[in-house]
Amino acid sequence: MAISLGIVVVATFAIIHLVPGDPVRAVLGPSAPAELVARTRAELGLDQPLPVQFWNYVAGLFQGDLGTSLQTHRPVADTLAQRAPATLVLAGVSFLVAAIGALPIGLATAISVRSGRRRVLDLIASAIVGLLIVVPNFLLAVGLVWLFAVEWRLLPVAGWGQPAQLVLPVLALAIGPMAYLARIVHVELLVVLDATYLTTARSKRLPGRLIYLRHALPNMLTSALTIGGLMLTGMVAGTVLIETIFAIPGLGTTIVSSITAKDYPMIQGVVLVYAGMVLVLNLVVDLVLMTIDPRSSLAEG
Amino acid sequence: MATRTRRSRILTPAGITTAVGLAIVVGLAIVGPIIWGAQAEATSVADRLQGPSALHPFGTDELGRDVLARVLAGTRTSVLLALGATAIAVALGVVLGLLPTVLPRVLRRALTGLIDILLAFPWLLLALFFSAIWGASATGAMLAVGFAGIPAFARLNYTLASSIMGRDYVRAARIVGVGPIGVLARHVVPNAAGPLLVNATVHASGALLSFAGLSFLGLGVQSPEYDWGRLLREGIARIYVNPMAAIGPGIAIVATGLFLTLASDVFATTPRRGALIRTGLRGLRPALRTGAGRAASAPHLVTTDEADAVSVARGLRIAFPGAEGGSVERVHGVELEIAPGEVVGIVGESGSGKSITAMALAGLIEPPGAVAAAELRFRGVDLLGPLSAASKRRLGLELAMVFQDPLTSLNPALTIGRQLTEAVEVHEGVSRAEARERAVRALASVGIPDPERRLGQYPHEFSGGMRQRAMIAMGLMGSPRLIVADEPTTALDVTVQRQVLQNLRRAQTLTHTAILFISHDIALVAGFSDRILVMKDGLVVEQLAADRLLVDAQHPYTKALIACVPDMASDRTQPLPVIGDLDTARRAS
Repeated sequence: MAISLGIVVVATFAIIHLVPGDPVRAVLGPSAPAELVARTRAELGLDQPLPVQFWNYVAGLFQGDLGTSLQTHRPVADTLAQRAPATLVLAGVSFLVAAIGALPIGLATAISVRSGRRRVLDLIASAIVGLLIVVPNFLLAVGLVWLFAVEWRLLPVAGWGQPAQLVLPVLALAIGPMAYLARIVHVELLVVLDATYLTTARSKRLPGRLIYLRHALPNMLTSALTIGGLMLTGMVAGTVLIETIFAIPGLGTTIVSSITAKDYPMIQGVVLVYAGMVLVLNLVVDLVLMTIDPRSSLAEG
Repeated sequence: MATRTRRSRILTPAGITTAVGLAIVVGLAIVGPIIWGAQAEATSVADRLQGPSALHPFGTDELGRDVLARVLAGTRTSVLLALGATAIAVALGVVLGLLPTVLPRVLRRALTGLIDILLAFPWLLLALFFSAIWGASATGAMLAVGFAGIPAFARLNYTLASSIMGRDYVRAARIVGVGPIGVLARHVVPNAAGPLLVNATVHASGALLSFAGLSFLGLGVQSPEYDWGRLLREGIARIYVNPMAAIGPGIAIVATGLFLTLASDVFATTPRRGALIRTGLRGLRPALRTGAGRAASAPHLVTTDEADAVSVARGLRIAFPGAEGGSVERVHGVELEIAPGEVVGIVGESGSGKSITAMALAGLIEPPGAVAAAELRFRGVDLLGPLSAASKRRLGLELAMVFQDPLTSLNPALTIGRQLTEAVEVHEGVSRAEARERAVRALASVGIPDPERRLGQYPHEFSGGMRQRAMIAMGLMGSPRLIVADEPTTALDVTVQRQVLQNLRRAQTLTHTAILFISHDIALVAGFSDRILVMKDGLVVEQLAADRLLVDAQHPYTKALIACVPDMASDRTQPLPVIGDLDTARRAS
C-alpha cells in the first residue's frame, strides 16, 4: 500500500516531465511570447532543479496543495473537491446496483441449471450475459439513451442533479459488471455445489434454503468479493466515459477536458485522486476479505 | 489426426461465424477506404444532417457526408490502430513477462511487484495517464492503449513462462547445461506460443474497444481523420436527430469486438463440456433399459429378514454421462441388504462402483447421474421417488455419512458446532441450547477433548483425524440406523486410522447402528465387518461372512485380493504380488 502510494505520487509528478518536448510550449503554443513562456514556467516551478520540484510537489501534497490550474487559475484541489462527489455517487450507486442485482441472478441461474437441467435456459442466459460482458459501457450507454431517452422519451438524455438523471448513467455503468459478477457467482456456485461438504449437507436432508444460503453461499463469497473489488475499481474508471456521455460534472469530464487543454496541474491532480480511490478500494476489499474468511482471520489474529 | 481435430474445431458454428466475420472485417479494412473513401469525404451542404434514408442508410453528418460510408471506410483506421496498440502490448508484455524468469531474485521480485501494483489500476486509468503524456492524437492514443495493456500481458506471460520453466523437460535441459536464454528460446517461447495467440486475440478485442473509448472521449483520432470511436462521438451529439449516426458505429465496434472474442474462443477451444453432457444425457435412459438384460444374478449368500432390513437394494444400476458422449453404466445390478446393527464391508478396487453404490444407498446420487433399481429403500423410505417431509426427516436423522477426505467433507465456512447441530435443529426442532448440549456429548463420545471449546472452532482448526471423528459425531447427533463410511481411514495415517475405527466401532455398540464400510483394503474390511461384499466392475462378485473369508473365498478376484495382503509368513525376498500378475499366472497355468 505504502509502496503503491509512493509509485503513484512519483508517477503523477512525472507526467509533466514525460511530455515529449517542452510542456510549457505545448500549453501555450509555438507563437507565445518568450516572456509569457518564462512566466508560466516559473509558475509551474519548472525552472527549478528536479529534486527541488519533487520536494515542493510532495510537500504541497501534504498541505492539500495540488497546484493551480492553467486554465481557470483556481487551485486544483478546489475543483477536485467540487467535482469528486458526482463521480463518487455515480460509482457507488452503480456498484450497489450491480452487486445487489448480480447475487440473485447468479444464484438463480446456477441453481436452475445445476447438473445440466434446463439447458436451453442456460444457453439463453449465458448468451445474454456473455453479450452484456462484451459490450463496453459507453456503447451500452448509447443504446440506453437511444431507447429510453430518444425513442420512448421516458428519461432525460443527460444532465445531473435530479434522481431521474441518475437512472441511465447508473444502468450503463452497472449492467456490464452485474452480468460479469452474476457469471462469477454462477460458476463459483456450481463448483461449490459439487464439493463433498455439500454432499454432507445434503445427507442431512436440510431444506434447500439452508443448503444454498448457509452452506454454499459463504464459500463463494471470497471469490465474489475479490471480483467485486476489481469491478468497483473498474467502475471508477468507467465513470470517465459515462460522465462524458451524460454530461455529468464529475472527475471524468474534468480529466478529459484538461487532457485536451494540456492543463497539466489539473491532470496530475485528477490522476492522483483516481489512483488514490483505486488504492483505497483495494485496501477495503482486502480488509473485508480478511474479516469474513475464518482461515485468514485466524492467521492474522 | 491432428489436422482432423483442427478442422472439426473450425467447422463448428462458432468457428464458421468467426471465420466469416473476421474475413468481412479484414476485407473492409483493406477495400473499405478504396471503395467508400471518396463518398465518406464528399461533403454536400444540401444533404447535411439528414436522417436515415434509402440513399443514406445511417443518415449524413453536419457536412453532408454519408455516415455508412464513413463507418465502412473507418474500418481500416480503427482496426490498424487497435492492432498497433495490441502489438505494443504484446511485444513489451512478452519482454517484461519473460525478463523476470532470467533475472536475479531481487530484480525479479521488484519487477513482478511493480507489475502487480500496476495491475491494480483499471486500464482505462492507465490509458488516460499515458494519454496525458502523449496528448490527444491518434498516435498518442495508440501508445496509451498499448502501454496500458502491458501490465496485464506481462503478468500472463510471466505466469505462463514460470509454469513452463517448472516442467521436467526444462529442468532436464538446464541440467545438461542449456543457459537461461537458450531455455527461453527453445522451450518457453514455443510452448507459450499457443496461449499467447489466444491472449493476443482477447487483447486485440479489448484494444479495439478501448481505442473506440478514447476516440469517443476526443482523446484519440482527431478531426478530419475518423475512426469508429470518433464517429460515435459525432453521432451521440445528434442522437435526437439521427440515432443511426451513433448506433451504426456502435454496431461496427461491438461486432468486431465480438468476432475477436469468438476467435480467441475458437483458438482456445478444447471439446465443449456442455455439448458432451447434453449428448450424454440423451443416451442415458436407453442405456439403462438395454443394460437390464445383463443383470448378473449376484450370489445371494447371506439372507437378512427384508422386513427389518435397514437398507435394501434390488437390481441397483447407476449410470453417468461418459466423457465421449453417451452414458456409461457403472453399476450393473447390485443386490444388497443390510440388517439392523450389521456391519457390512464392501471391498474392491477404484472404479469397481463401491462408492457410488454406497451413495445410491444413501439416496445421494445427483443428476446427471441416474439411478434405476427394482427396489431401493432405507428403513422403508423409497429412495427412487420424491421424498416426503417425514422421509427427509428420517433420512436426515437416521442415516449418517463419513467420507474419505475429512479435509473436504466438512464445510470450511461454518463452525463445527453449527454443522453438528443443524440436522437436529431442523428435523427435531430442538432448541439451540439443547442441540449444543447434544453436540458436546457427541464430540466427547468420539474422544475429542474440550468439546465445548471445539464446537466454536472451524474445520481448519481440527486435525485430519479429529475432523473424521467430528464427522462420526455428526452422525451420532440423531438416532443413527446406518452409517455409510466410504474409505473413512484412507486419507489418515496408521495410528489415526485405528482411533477412527475404534470410534466407529464404539458408535456401533452404543447405538446399534448398522455400518456400511467401504475400503479397497480387504484386510481392514475383514477385521471390521460381519459380512463382506467383493465388488468388481460394477458387480458384486462374491459375498462372504468375514470370518469365513480365507476358507470360503471362491472367486479368483477375491483370492487375488487376499493374496495381495502380506502377512508374517510372506517371503520378503519376493516382490509383493499384484492382481495383474495373478491373472496372468492363472491364465498361463
